[in-house]
Amino acid sequence: MTEHFPVLILLVPLFGALIVVLLGKERPNQCWMTSLISLGISSIISLFTVVAVLADKFQTIRYRMGGWPESNGYEVGIELRVDILAALVVFAVTFVGFVNTIYSKTRAETEVQGKVSFFYALIQLLIVGLCGIVMTNDAFNLYVLIEITSLTSYALIAMGNRRAALSSFNYVIMGTIGASFYLLGVGYLYIKTGTLNIDDIRMVLGNNNLWEHQSIIVAFIFIMLGLWTKMAFFPLHGWLPNAYAYAPSMTGTFMAPLMTKVMVYVMIRVMVWLFGNEFVYSGQHVWGELVIWMSVIAIVAGSLLALARTDIKKMLTYLIVAEVGYMVGGAWLGNVTGQAGAFYHILSDAAMTFCLFIAASIIVLRVGDSRVNAFDNLFRKMPLTMIGFTVGALSMIGLPPTCGFFSKWYLISGGIEAGQWEYVCALIFSSLVNAVIFFRIFERAYFGQITEVKEDFVPFDSDANPETAIKEVPWSMLFPLFIASGFVLLVGIMNRTLFEWIQTALKMVNT
Amino acid sequence: MIEFSFIPLFTWLVSLLAVPAILLCRKKPDVREGVTFLAAFLKLGMVFMMLPLIRDGKILHFRFGEILPGIPIEFRVDGLGILFALVASSLWILTTLYSVGYMRGLKEHDQTRFFAYFAISLSATIGVAFAGNLLTLYIFYEILSLSTYPLVIHHGDKEARTGGRTYLSHLLGTSVAFVLPAMIYCYWKSGTDINFTEGAFLDGKIGSSDGLIVLLAFTLGFAKSGLMPFHSWLPNAMVAPTPVSALLHAVAVVKVGVFCVLRIFTGVFDTDFLQKLNVGTVITYIAAFTIIVSSLIALTQDNLKRRLAFSTIGQLAYIVLGVSFLSSNGVTGSVMHIAMHAFGKITLFFCAGAIFVASGKKYISQMVGLGKQMPITMIAFLIGSLSIIGLPPFGGAWSKWYLFLGALDANQTAMVIVLVISSLLNIAYLLPIPVNALFRSPSQKDGKDSDSGIKEAPLACLIPLCITALAGLLFFLFPGLGFELAQLITK
Repeated sequence: MTEHFPVLILLVPLFGALIVVLLGKERPNQCWMTSLISLGISSIISLFTVVAVLADKFQTIRYRMGGWPESNGYEVGIELRVDILAALVVFAVTFVGFVNTIYSKTRAETEVQGKVSFFYALIQLLIVGLCGIVMTNDAFNLYVLIEITSLTSYALIAMGNRRAALSSFNYVIMGTIGASFYLLGVGYLYIKTGTLNIDDIRMVLGNNNLWEHQSIIVAFIFIMLGLWTKMAFFPLHGWLPNAYAYAPSMTGTFMAPLMTKVMVYVMIRVMVWLFGNEFVYSGQHVWGELVIWMSVIAIVAGSLLALARTDIKKMLTYLIVAEVGYMVGGAWLGNVTGQAGAFYHILSDAAMTFCLFIAASIIVLRVGDSRVNAFDNLFRKMPLTMIGFTVGALSMIGLPPTCGFFSKWYLISGGIEAGQWEYVCALIFSSLVNAVIFFRIFERAYFGQITEVKEDFVPFDSDANPETAIKEVPWSMLFPLFIASGFVLLVGIMNRTLFEWIQTALKMVNT
Repeated sequence: MIEFSFIPLFTWLVSLLAVPAILLCRKKPDVREGVTFLAAFLKLGMVFMMLPLIRDGKILHFRFGEILPGIPIEFRVDGLGILFALVASSLWILTTLYSVGYMRGLKEHDQTRFFAYFAISLSATIGVAFAGNLLTLYIFYEILSLSTYPLVIHHGDKEARTGGRTYLSHLLGTSVAFVLPAMIYCYWKSGTDINFTEGAFLDGKIGSSDGLIVLLAFTLGFAKSGLMPFHSWLPNAMVAPTPVSALLHAVAVVKVGVFCVLRIFTGVFDTDFLQKLNVGTVITYIAAFTIIVSSLIALTQDNLKRRLAFSTIGQLAYIVLGVSFLSSNGVTGSVMHIAMHAFGKITLFFCAGAIFVASGKKYISQMVGLGKQMPITMIAFLIGSLSIIGLPPFGGAWSKWYLFLGALDANQTAMVIVLVISSLLNIAYLLPIPVNALFRSPSQKDGKDSDSGIKEAPLACLIPLCITALAGLLFFLFPGLGFELAQLITK
């Protein structure tokens, strides 16, 4: 049974999407229930996959789609490959999808009225695509899956408000260019090696010692540029802020934590498994130092751009740009600590971005205004929401015991180990800017506008005056927020275990 | 001798558990304050339970389990920790009594919030005092910054918020920018061991230039110690209600800063190792500069609380100066000064608050002749000032004495001169206040009518300040405990 887990994770939401389309737009509740069940099953299977990989001493699960046997030692068909890293990311994707579906319950019916079934079908397809990207061991299949996720996300974003269509179009252009770059790189590799399986490409490259061949270097650069565009690595981030901010809120809450993170995962995969550490980090190429500096610029620019925004969702999207800089920089530091730190940050950033986006969506929904200036007295009006928001915000700032602190700890350790002080400084700078950004909101939300008259502070008391009366959202929205903030803390407290798993997996490939 | 014990945990926990109780009793102010008193007395009681064990040379520890590879969240109570805990928890009781008088006397708003955050701050302070490794220390240090922030901007007006922003940006900014990377560097350099155990963990593992950078990063990064150039949060924090300024910004928060610096010198590096690296003098000069400059600034301040704040900056720098001599006499002087200055300065702040409650006066120039209406307050102020200045028969004399000895041990004649000059400056900025109040009559022009109705502050304000003033006297006569605990870390 265990060996079929990878494909089941994909098949369940795929069929779920079909059923949802068949149910049609007249039955929004059944659509919701179907996708809830399918994603629930999928996330349970992916949790079992994590357990299975751990129980098997980090043994990689391999699955040949369609049962194509290998010929002459090369894979012919498409292979799925799940190690602990893939299993963790797949669990993150499916679980966020599941929790986000709970959140979508009430939102979908108002925000994408009349298109509810399409929404649920597309979001399940998106999850299939993302899980496929993480698990596939075939470079071309990876491209196909990237396109699947892109196409579904274009549609999902375009369902949003008036400005969403244009943002989605922007995304289409940038996304297509990025994907084409990736495809070009894969093309070079195919010409040179005659295979598309990632492990086989690596083997052929190694056996024939093609590392210094110009086309391989060009292929690497193309693939990196393509992936950077897809993950919104500064200065290729232009499409992201508008797309995520104007998308329907439940689309934004799903895509913001996951899309860029999965692309970072693909980048680490390509660097470590496809090309290998010796090639990527060898001193012969100028790119090592260059990419670190680019990530420094990404972190600084992302933080400053976020600081300049007063719209909370825009602000959060620029923070994602900065966080992508963290991960790219960490992955390129050239040591296992940095790589593992970057990978740990994938998980922790997914948790905290999810948390913050849900909280921000709830706040915007209730306040009716996305500008920070309108957030007076939110701690009194929506205490539960603000608790969730605070947990996410403290994690972004990087205060213990949230996961943001530990990912910063590991990334800074990696930076110190590599002697890349500019990267360490950039991380600290971004923490400080995040502190300013969020305490600005806290001050507003806690103390409100400057007034003369004050009564005794009475927390959790609804019979205060109507200005500060509690106006929480329904539990279908609060519950996901609490799960997300719970995960922010859980990933933080479990950091030692997770980091050990990640390090083990990364060391296995290096030896 | 290291002994496992739950008492450190409970000591830390008791004020934290008081928080929900305080919130629940928000409708009954008397019960609410009762809860605070109960927690405060329990806390002091538990510190006293640990005291004899520590004096026997034992070290109590409690661990929560590893959070990062090789680093647990751990409490470890030694002589330095228990002394600081003793000072903080005993003064918490007095400050609570004082707060009741002050907050009710001024009919302050949001009193529940005030007492709740106060309790959290005390927990964080104890957490720092008992921290068994650098990470635990850092975590509680940050919690203390965050939990005192709402107290600083308690009034919620524009001035308070500006002060609050300066407060948080300085404290959080320096700790994230300097302490965090320095800590990770230590972690990496010492091979995942940043626990404070017998012998410092960085001893012999670091070169001279790196050592200097790490030492500077720590000393300046713990900006709660008020060393220049990161001192300006403290005068800005004076917008807080006076009990906050008294306990937190004369005792808990600022002493946490110097406490961390002491830990860095004794627990991270070792004074002998620092001597070998020959990097202590840099800190000595920064501290000396801070002492002189802050005393000069204090002279120019007319707002009483701001003058006291600058005086605090100078006095904290004494403590840093003492450890930077790297001699056992210097460290003893520093440890003693933590306690002596705490009692002296809290007396002065209590007096400042009492004057404000009774007469609404904030400026020193308005206080001439006030001694006639408020004799007890002003005499207490005089005693507090003398103790801070370091004149016998008050406690401050001992710590100053040892600081002088430390300077001589280190052959720092220049620093002896700095100490002399600064003592004279202390006299110049502190003594005129009580002297003018007691022995001069107010000039005819400014408001003889308004002054006539002024009486002493409420009893709840008056009792604590008398006790702390008397304590200053007692410490001169019985300084034994302080020495004993100081010697536990210097040997």
